[in-house]
Amino acid sequence: MDLTFTEEERAFRAEARRFFRSEVPESIRRKVTEGIDLTKEDIVTSHRILNARGWATPNWPVEWGGQNWSPVQLYLYQDEMQQAGVPGPLAFNVSMVGPVIAQFGNEATKRRFLARAANLDDWWCQGFSEPGSGSDLASLRTTAKRVGDKYIVNGQKTWTTLAQHADWIFCLVRTDPAAKKQEGISFILIDMTTKGITRRPIQTIDGGHEVNEVFFDEVEVPAENLVGEENKGWDYAKFLLGHERTSIARVGQSKAQVARIKRLASLERAGEGRLIDDLRFQEKLAAVEVELKALEMTQLRVVAAARHQVKGKPDPASSILKIKGSDIQQVLTELVMDVVGPYVLPYQSPEDGSNEPPVGPDYAVGAAPSYFNDRKVSIYGGSNEIQRNIIAKAILGL
Amino acid sequence: MDFDLSDDQRLLKDSVERLIADKYGFENRKKYMQQPDGWSREIWAQLAELGLLGLPFAEQYGGFGGGSVETMLVMEAFGHGLVLEPYVSTVVLGGGLIRGLGSAAQQAAILPAIAEGKRLLAFAHVERHSRYDLFDVVTTAKREGTGWTLNGAKSVVLHGDSADQFLVTARIAGGQRARDGIGLFLVDAKGAGVSRRGYPTQDGLRAAEVTLSGAAGEAVGDPGAALPGIEHAVDRTIAALCAEAVGVMASMQELTLDYLKTRKQFGRAIGEFQVLQHRAVDMLIAEEQARSMALFATVMADEINPVERTRAIAAAKVQIGRSGRHVGQECIQLHGGIGMTMEYKAGHYFKRMTMIDKLYGDADQHLTTLAKLGGLFGAAA
Ligand SMILES: Cc1cc2nc3c(=O)[nH]c(=O)nc-3n(C[C@H](O)[C@H](O)[C@H](O)COP(=O)(O)OP(=O)(O)OC[C@H]3O[C@@H](n4cnc5c(N)ncnc54)[C@H](O)[C@@H]3O)c2cc1C
Repeated sequence: MDLTFTEEERAFRAEARRFFRSEVPESIRRKVTEGIDLTKEDIVTSHRILNARGWATPNWPVEWGGQNWSPVQLYLYQDEMQQAGVPGPLAFNVSMVGPVIAQFGNEATKRRFLARAANLDDWWCQGFSEPGSGSDLASLRTTAKRVGDKYIVNGQKTWTTLAQHADWIFCLVRTDPAAKKQEGISFILIDMTTKGITRRPIQTIDGGHEVNEVFFDEVEVPAENLVGEENKGWDYAKFLLGHERTSIARVGQSKAQVARIKRLASLERAGEGRLIDDLRFQEKLAAVEVELKALEMTQLRVVAAARHQVKGKPDPASSILKIKGSDIQQVLTELVMDVVGPYVLPYQSPEDGSNEPPVGPDYAVGAAPSYFNDRKVSIYGGSNEIQRNIIAKAILGL
Repeated sequence: MDFDLSDDQRLLKDSVERLIADKYGFENRKKYMQQPDGWSREIWAQLAELGLLGLPFAEQYGGFGGGSVETMLVMEAFGHGLVLEPYVSTVVLGGGLIRGLGSAAQQAAILPAIAEGKRLLAFAHVERHSRYDLFDVVTTAKREGTGWTLNGAKSVVLHGDSADQFLVTARIAGGQRARDGIGLFLVDAKGAGVSRRGYPTQDGLRAAEVTLSGAAGEAVGDPGAALPGIEHAVDRTIAALCAEAVGVMASMQELTLDYLKTRKQFGRAIGEFQVLQHRAVDMLIAEEQARSMALFATVMADEINPVERTRAIAAAKVQIGRSGRHVGQECIQLHGGIGMTMEYKAGHYFKRMTMIDKLYGDADQHLTTLAKLGGLFGAAA
């Protein structure tokens, strides 16, 4: 048992810290910590800075730009990135479609897409969920019918994050309506400019535009855009969802939030003193810090165990990280609301273009919207109920 | 022991509920929000016609002489409708302050105007660093001739952008957090030295920042000792907000239950999953606990002993805050993605619920208040 990092690992952490904080613009990192929506340009800028150093896709195979890092290095990289408020490289590209193409795509598909995905030359979005198929994803109904050298796609995807920016969408589609649910699904890549595709924005309760509906009406897709084999899409999707073992805990991001809350609470007056000196507030925050430390230790145990595990095989322990990590993220947004008190109330769009100063302290602007928006983290990526089902089955054998 | 409503109260409840059902559907509400004031003058006129704008006032002032139970019934129905109009600001709190602190002449001048729908009030008390403490006041009032001159800045003045008059807390003596030396002043919203900047709040209602630079004010009550009266009016307002919150929670419970019965995943209604049944049950329990405490707050709102009243109101606000948080978060979670969208009603209830917790002290603040008063039940001898 040794809980210290090696000298090389410590040096790597220091290097990562220096890189993230000196190379990625402060203006972007501040938005991340303050929960303000990033523009497309922010995301592209930050992503490309990482990619220029080969740090957008460390988990990819080396021949396609991966770093062959140890699980510990990968952890340190994510921890430092999140603590610095660096937006992660676009997950749809680097954690989802990229690894699937690298693992299951043919050479032509890899050459066509991987380098562009790594550099965010193509912006990808994820077309899995449908109105009738959320938790029960395998019930999806969007169809792709093979006609000659094309597939004809019909149906609807929904909750498609940032589809408004996307050049491409990777979709799960039904190619064999007669087969058992999971067995008739394929994984296909679709150019968002193809005729017959319509996007409709969905406004979320925080007022933002982050998700969309995407409709497919007789959309013609070249057959070569199929990834791997027809009707094997469900396996690829499972590979994709299990790919990110540990970053979903978002420990680094939550540490950054704790630090921020402490800073803001020292600026707010409560009674005779400062809020940061108020015992009730201190205890409430400290209780979250205990949970966060425990989660960090749990995450490190998963990271350490990953050395002995098969790469790409989902680890049910990641469900523990997802549940606890999302809980903590959500509770921290409530603490930010506690900090700003009555200034939670004003609704101020950060991008309304007005020159008026914010009502109250500027850090109050995102307090309620972040709380509202972060309800999503226990819903998407497999809801916390579904994660519990996984644990019950895979870990407890119930 | 009797929790039953009188015939008159049942009639009142029915008529308000009917109004909400007929006029306050989700689509209508969106339209009202688009009106210049951010709410509907037409609805306001109907509330006047139904006598609701004078509900708590004495008959001599054009009112109905209703008590806190009547206000509770109205507010619960308003919670179901997510009503946008300035009922709390003008009738419950504004009218309550005038009723509790105003002279006979002030009551005669203002209350009938409110009851007729011709006067809107807003209570201006929050300052940059006051948080929820009503006695934390920097804004000053200085005597000048027969009147007063006010200087200061007030924040998050609910419905302050459409108000005709502000009821402003200001200090005539004492340090920033002294309980003595606080007065309440009527200030004409369009008067010289008054400026305001309106904006929407997170729940779709309205508020304003108000700046007073040499504004003329008329004292309401004893200008050096208005705090106890202000606190009583605010306690009544908290009781009313608790009732509104119960309406909001009940709506979230209904919506969620409906959804569990109709949403199908894995070939069955998700309400068939026992784990979700238990979650719905816990929502119901939280809502019932809140309803009980809202009733407690209602009967204690007129209590004269300020310590007993404060205990009860603080306890109710704690319960409402905690239950509301639970019911709101579960409502969104059990809806999945759809709960996160503006197009669906659930999120709007969730947002209103979240904001109610932040009005006149959040659950944490009231818990501390209650704890410092020794809790609700006495110690063993
Ligand atoms: C902000 C946001 C962004 C998203 N981005 C994307 C994206 O980019 N691409 C994409 O494909 N999808 C995306 N999603 C969709 C997301 O993956 C789904 O919302 C999620 O899978 C849940 O599905 P649902 O919303 O249909 O809820 P439902 O599956 O209908 O679930 C409703 C409720 O029932 C519970 N439930 C369902 N089944 C069970 C069960 N068997 N046992 C116990 N409880 C159960 C759920 O946990 C939930 O509480 C996004 C969602 C959100 C909110």
